[in-house]
Amino acid sequence: MVKVGIPRALLYYNYFPKWKTFFESLGAEVVVSDETTKHILNEGVKTAVDETCLPVKLFYGHVLNLKGRVDFLFMPRMVSVARNEYTCPKFLGLPDMIRQTVSELPPFIEPCVNMRKHSRQYMREIYRIGTLFSSNPCKIYKAYVAACQEQKKYQNLMIEGFTPYESLNILSGKMVREKKQPGELNIALIGHGYNIYDRYVSMNMIDKLQKMNICVLTPEMVPRHFIEKQAEKLPKDMFWTYGKQIIGSTYSFMENPRIDGIIQMTAFGCGPDSLVAELMEREAVRRKTVPFMLLTIDEHTGEAGLVTRIEAFLDMVRRKEVV
Amino acid sequence: MVVTFPHMGTLNIPVKTFLEGIGQEVVLPPPSSKRTIELGVKHSPEFACLPLKINVGNYIEAWEKGADTVVMAGGVGPCRFGYYAQVQREILQDLGCDMEMIVMEPPDCDWKDLKHQYRRLTQRRISTGQLVKTLHLVWKKLNAVDEIEKLSLKYHPYEINRGDTKKAFDQILKWIEEAKHPKEVKEVLTAGKKKINKIERDLQRQPLRIGLVGEIYMLLEPFASLNIQWSLGDLGAEVSKSIYLSDWVKEHLVFNALHLNRSGSLKNLAKPYLNHFVGGHGLETIGHTVKYANGGYDGVIQLMPFTCMPEIVAESILPQVSKEKDIPVLSLVLDEQSGEAGVATRLEAFLDLIARRKAQQEGELVWMSI
Ligand code: SF4
Repeated sequence: MVKVGIPRALLYYNYFPKWKTFFESLGAEVVVSDETTKHILNEGVKTAVDETCLPVKLFYGHVLNLKGRVDFLFMPRMVSVARNEYTCPKFLGLPDMIRQTVSELPPFIEPCVNMRKHSRQYMREIYRIGTLFSSNPCKIYKAYVAACQEQKKYQNLMIEGFTPYESLNILSGKMVREKKQPGELNIALIGHGYNIYDRYVSMNMIDKLQKMNICVLTPEMVPRHFIEKQAEKLPKDMFWTYGKQIIGSTYSFMENPRIDGIIQMTAFGCGPDSLVAELMEREAVRRKTVPFMLLTIDEHTGEAGLVTRIEAFLDMVRRKEVV
Repeated sequence: MVVTFPHMGTLNIPVKTFLEGIGQEVVLPPPSSKRTIELGVKHSPEFACLPLKINVGNYIEAWEKGADTVVMAGGVGPCRFGYYAQVQREILQDLGCDMEMIVMEPPDCDWKDLKHQYRRLTQRRISTGQLVKTLHLVWKKLNAVDEIEKLSLKYHPYEINRGDTKKAFDQILKWIEEAKHPKEVKEVLTAGKKKINKIERDLQRQPLRIGLVGEIYMLLEPFASLNIQWSLGDLGAEVSKSIYLSDWVKEHLVFNALHLNRSGSLKNLAKPYLNHFVGGHGLETIGHTVKYANGGYDGVIQLMPFTCMPEIVAESILPQVSKEKDIPVLSLVLDEQSGEAGVATRLEAFLDLIARRKAQQEGELVWMSI
């Protein structure tokens, strides 16, 4: 069976079920890189240029982790996933960055996903990569439909409040779908999926909070139309899809009386976040409704320091309840 | 309404001419200084890129001089520049600098919007004739300024008394700034060229040829790049800059608006290394580096602000371009903490390396420390 490698980094948390189902329906085997470890991160840090952000460095590490194990590397060029919007400039150049920096890699499966103006080109790209595995257009189309259905299920689970890992486990039957129990506190954890869901990068933040009997909410759990509605309040359309998701979900959490506190996690060197976080912090200060904390993480962030900050923040949140 | 706008190299000359031509009162921010950066850094997001911070410094200093309206360009992403104005507005608001912001979005996205912004700028009606006359003058000045800069950079490494060319350049800029008619611009341009030609030069020298590529603000604003374009000349290198304001205007305001694509050849040059545009000038950085390599330049220096996303993509790819095209490339990442001394050392080392390499290639005896 042809092995397709998918790095467990960047948009993995957003689209994995879709990609996996597509390739598997076409008869390929999907190999995901291992969960992030210190070694994977270090390899990435060594290979990438210093100035780049932590998530892209980590992506390099995951690509290296797959090297030699797969026949193809899946490396979409995610230019735009919504009309008039972009992802991040680095996603636009990612396949080239990897190709020019890491040698002896297997060939890439490199669709260019660009829905900025229209989605016709996107369908063509799907078909193009489908033909690598099958010459039957019908089969490719079916694989694509199956992929979209799986993705929809995944997204719906997240909207119900399951984290990506929980949702993946439910989809693969490893976990039963139980209604989420309310926790002692409701905390919104905001950030790019590849920061908050990567257990190593986030230092297991979600598990840590859940163990303290805290219900964690993330941007993926906010329905799209809520985000759009909040984003309309911005002085200008935000052209970064994920920046918009972050800011839109934060604003809707700020207006939600059941949310007790908001933690934003951002990676050192993230371009869009440097402006998005700024707008959010200023808004939080002006509204003064919910306690807000900004955590910047990089490859040197220590776990002890992070835990202390979280605990201090939670204390603050609880005190506000008492008062 | 007293209008101001951020500095970017010689941008102030054409823009001021334009605004005054349409009847606006203009207050320029004082020339960017250490204080400008300090103010900007203090009030801007820590990880924003350097141009945003210097802009903020410019606004605050212009506000102190009485400006109440900022004219600023916009964009449609994916580079951060397209959201600069919105973030800057918030910063100014929270600071209590009550300035209005007029954001000129590029016509690539919407002509109607541009017209609307223009209306806001011209409260007093001006005749079409007056507007055309102003635009003509602006266009002439824009080109004159760039022509003089190109010439100065070319002659700079040959000058016998260090600083002569730069001094002449600054003076000619003043002349162009003060010119009132297109004809006058032409006259001072001729006089300027003569002036530069008269500078004492040693034509025996064989300067190294260096191409400057990278982010537009860094290339156009010598203050932000710690005057690299001039200090390279002082070190004996002839500098060619890949971006000039006049080129940029032709590209964006004229050609893009007419949906003509001109950067095609650059795109093709970059293609083997970077096959997609990445915002900002990332693709151009790669394309120009290939172009300089093909043109027989001795080295390329990439100037980028810390955390600049398109340039990080380019920076990641440049080592491969350098290898395949056999041209030394230095990436210089600059932020508010970069000091002139540190940068100078790196430039010297780089030029040294190229000089030795060149001598070696030409078969001359090279001295090497063992
Ligand atoms: S969005 Fe930020 S963190 Fe993600 S790749 Fe871009 S710069 Fe890096």
